[in-house]
Amino acid sequence: MSEFVFLYRGGEPGRSPEQWQQSMQKWSAWMKQLTDKGHIQHPGHPLERSGKLVKGKQKAVTDGPFAEAKDVVGGYTLVEARDLDQAVEISKGCPIFDVDGAVEVRPVMKLST
Amino acid sequence: MELSDHLFRREAGRMVATLTRILGVHNLALAEDVVQDAFCRALEVWKFRGVPENPSAWLMATAKNRAIDVLRRERTARTFAPELGRLLESEWTIVPIVEEQFGATAIKDDQLRMMFSCCNPRLPEEAQVALVLHILCGFSVDEIASAFVSSHAAVEKRISRAKKVLAESKKLFDISGPDDFSRRLIAVQRALYLLFNEGYHGASPESAVRAELCREAMRLTALLFDNPLGATPATYALAALMCFHAARLPARVDALGNLSSLFDQDRSRWDAQLVAEGQKLLDLSATGPEITEYHIEAAIACVHAMAQRAEDTDWGRIVSLYDTLMRIRPSPVVALNRAIAVAQHEGPRRGLEEIRAIADLDRLAAYPFYHAALGEFEFRSGRNEIAREHFRKALALARSPMERRFLDQRVGACQ
Repeated sequence: MSEFVFLYRGGEPGRSPEQWQQSMQKWSAWMKQLTDKGHIQHPGHPLERSGKLVKGKQKAVTDGPFAEAKDVVGGYTLVEARDLDQAVEISKGCPIFDVDGAVEVRPVMKLST
Repeated sequence: MELSDHLFRREAGRMVATLTRILGVHNLALAEDVVQDAFCRALEVWKFRGVPENPSAWLMATAKNRAIDVLRRERTARTFAPELGRLLESEWTIVPIVEEQFGATAIKDDQLRMMFSCCNPRLPEEAQVALVLHILCGFSVDEIASAFVSSHAAVEKRISRAKKVLAESKKLFDISGPDDFSRRLIAVQRALYLLFNEGYHGASPESAVRAELCREAMRLTALLFDNPLGATPATYALAALMCFHAARLPARVDALGNLSSLFDQDRSRWDAQLVAEGQKLLDLSATGPEITEYHIEAAIACVHAMAQRAEDTDWGRIVSLYDTLMRIRPSPVVALNRAIAVAQHEGPRRGLEEIRAIADLDRLAAYPFYHAALGEFEFRSGRNEIAREHFRKALALARSPMERRFLDQRVGACQ
């Protein structure tokens, strides 16, 4: 088994409580399905959408946003899968696609020692 | 932990009501932003951590913390609820006063206060209903538009105008003054009655949407009779009426999704618990000197609920109740329903006579069930050709696919 990080990017929150609820229910179902199949190594954390960017030799500090709103990473999950293909297949069930978001699937580098 | 159905919607209503109490009605939009924020946060956290043990408490706590942030950040730039005075301006009192406002009893009162504020006499009745649905029941503009079979633009305009009137009222309605309370109570009861009716008879093709409207009307009516000033005989009668009708909801649509008339419904599918609840509430309503239209309508619904089979219905009693209703609140639709009861009691010929005698008969011309009633009486008199013409007219006026299918079958029955 290999380790992967799912980075959740963007995704418009719904406009009504009923839509928020539906979205929440889909996330719960998806996370539960992944957990039941043993794919979740760590459910991960949500990230605040704000923060600071420290950059360059000058260590210039600026406020976010760091990228277009649609590209902001809102959280991550550590996933176990056979290979990248399987990890990508797993990611396709993510409810973030219903709200125009994206999942970035990145293999965690394997170190030999 | 599973989320209970419509939890977010209900909590949204409670949260906006309480936040508006604290931030002031002129800051309604800010209160709505705080709610939106709290939900976004819940969604972000719960995705990774799962839904907490008590999601309602979690949401309320988040809204509370956000409210404190907003008060701290904006206390120099904005004024908040004048009712709470300067307590919201001092760092020392912000937290305890907000804590107090988020207490269970306070939250219940906040919903009542908001309900009364939404039923502002400066607003037309349909705008009051839309506002209650939007603010207290957490329905989005799109959801209201689809429930009322109205356009998004029309509903949005209605709601934003209504919100403006609400914000301009400067203060939320004061529910502690008995005189003002009783005066406004009449409008509140009427709005809840209309909300329930929209669910029961409304044009939305989705029965799930309509059942939700009925449930919301019942939930808000329960808030009303939980309050000592709101627990009037008329409120109990209104609640009883809703219970009797809601009891029939499961049988209103048959297994094929077709509308089933009161005469054809499988009465074993009526909800016995709601019928019993309705009777209890009807008993509670039977005090005091005043008889309202809600009393009479509840009594009529009760007579239907008591009949094991359609043919057991006490039509004589129903006709006399309609006579009373015509005295209290006469309308062509009430007169039509009375005529239908007369026809059941004394035969279709008498029903036709009663219909012809209705004042303002032309106001029923666009009402499909007026033509359907004529069709029914002619059909039962054996004049199938004439009956079919009436049913065709009704069919042309039908407001939903379900009504259309129902009337189409009646046209077919006249062959």
